[in-house]
Amino acid sequence: MPGLIGKKIGMTSVFSADGKNVPCTVIEAGPCVVTQVKTVETDGYEAVQLAFDDKKEKSTTQPEAGHFKKAGSAPKRKVVEFHEFENELKLGEEVDVKLFEENAFVDITGISKGKGFQGVVKRYNFRGVGDATHGQHNRLRAPGSIGAASYPARVFKGMRMAGRTGGDRVKVENLKVIKVIPENNLILVKGSVPGAKGSYLIIEK
Amino acid sequence: MDLIKVAEAAFEGGVEMPDFGPGDNIAVSYKIKEGNKERIQVFKGVVIQIKGQGNNKRFTVRKISNNVGVERIFPFNSPFIEKVELLRQGKVRRAKLFYLRGLTGKKARIKEKRS
Repeated sequence: MPGLIGKKIGMTSVFSADGKNVPCTVIEAGPCVVTQVKTVETDGYEAVQLAFDDKKEKSTTQPEAGHFKKAGSAPKRKVVEFHEFENELKLGEEVDVKLFEENAFVDITGISKGKGFQGVVKRYNFRGVGDATHGQHNRLRAPGSIGAASYPARVFKGMRMAGRTGGDRVKVENLKVIKVIPENNLILVKGSVPGAKGSYLIIEK
Repeated sequence: MDLIKVAEAAFEGGVEMPDFGPGDNIAVSYKIKEGNKERIQVFKGVVIQIKGQGNNKRFTVRKISNNVGVERIFPFNSPFIEKVELLRQGKVRRAKLFYLRGLTGKKARIKEKRS
């Protein structure tokens, strides 16, 4: 899908035309530079590689520097491949937020906030075991049984248990575009988006 | 933070309001939709707090209706506010007047500010 790389700025709420207070996320999207055009002949598939967010020359490796030099762009932090742009893009071309239309829907991918080592109640929305009273004393957030006894005599693979939570790649589909502000490269979408403020997002049409 | 303000500025709405603060008596004309009819209701009372910032800024108005205290929160940006009238400026010594909730009758009066 065609799209852009963006950065999460934060959340706010705005009044829509019909007077409803709508929660929305502000994203700084693009402008992105085309750093590579992949074709069936050379790469076996078609794609366009976009890059976003300048970085210092001194923190760029030489292979990276050469790659960006070929496209005639400054070194960038984040590089992502996209497919199926309507008009053919050339190396070094810029794509900006005008790609998106208001009231259309977009899918947004990001890395969710890391939550550390968490129990099953937070991690998988288990309900804990039993009551707080009637003789219970330490089972309130426990996972309960994790399997039967002498048969199968083991715990099945993939059993949901406590562990590292968050920090996963998460895609949220069908977020409505509330507003596009081309002067500041901003896009406002309804609802929330994975990740912390300042984290990178992939916005697809 | 600045880019959020840019985004909020694109949605700036609401009507021009007189400069009021906590302790002031105001009348808020509020549009109410019933089916496809629209009418205006006036909510008169004392401003007991102003809270939030940017698009999220809102004020709370308290009045006594049929011996029951009624509080209503209005966003400054609300498209349903038709107008706000400043009726009387009060002289108060704090920004949040929650102490009024425990007072009734003569005790709940606020001195008028005279300039």
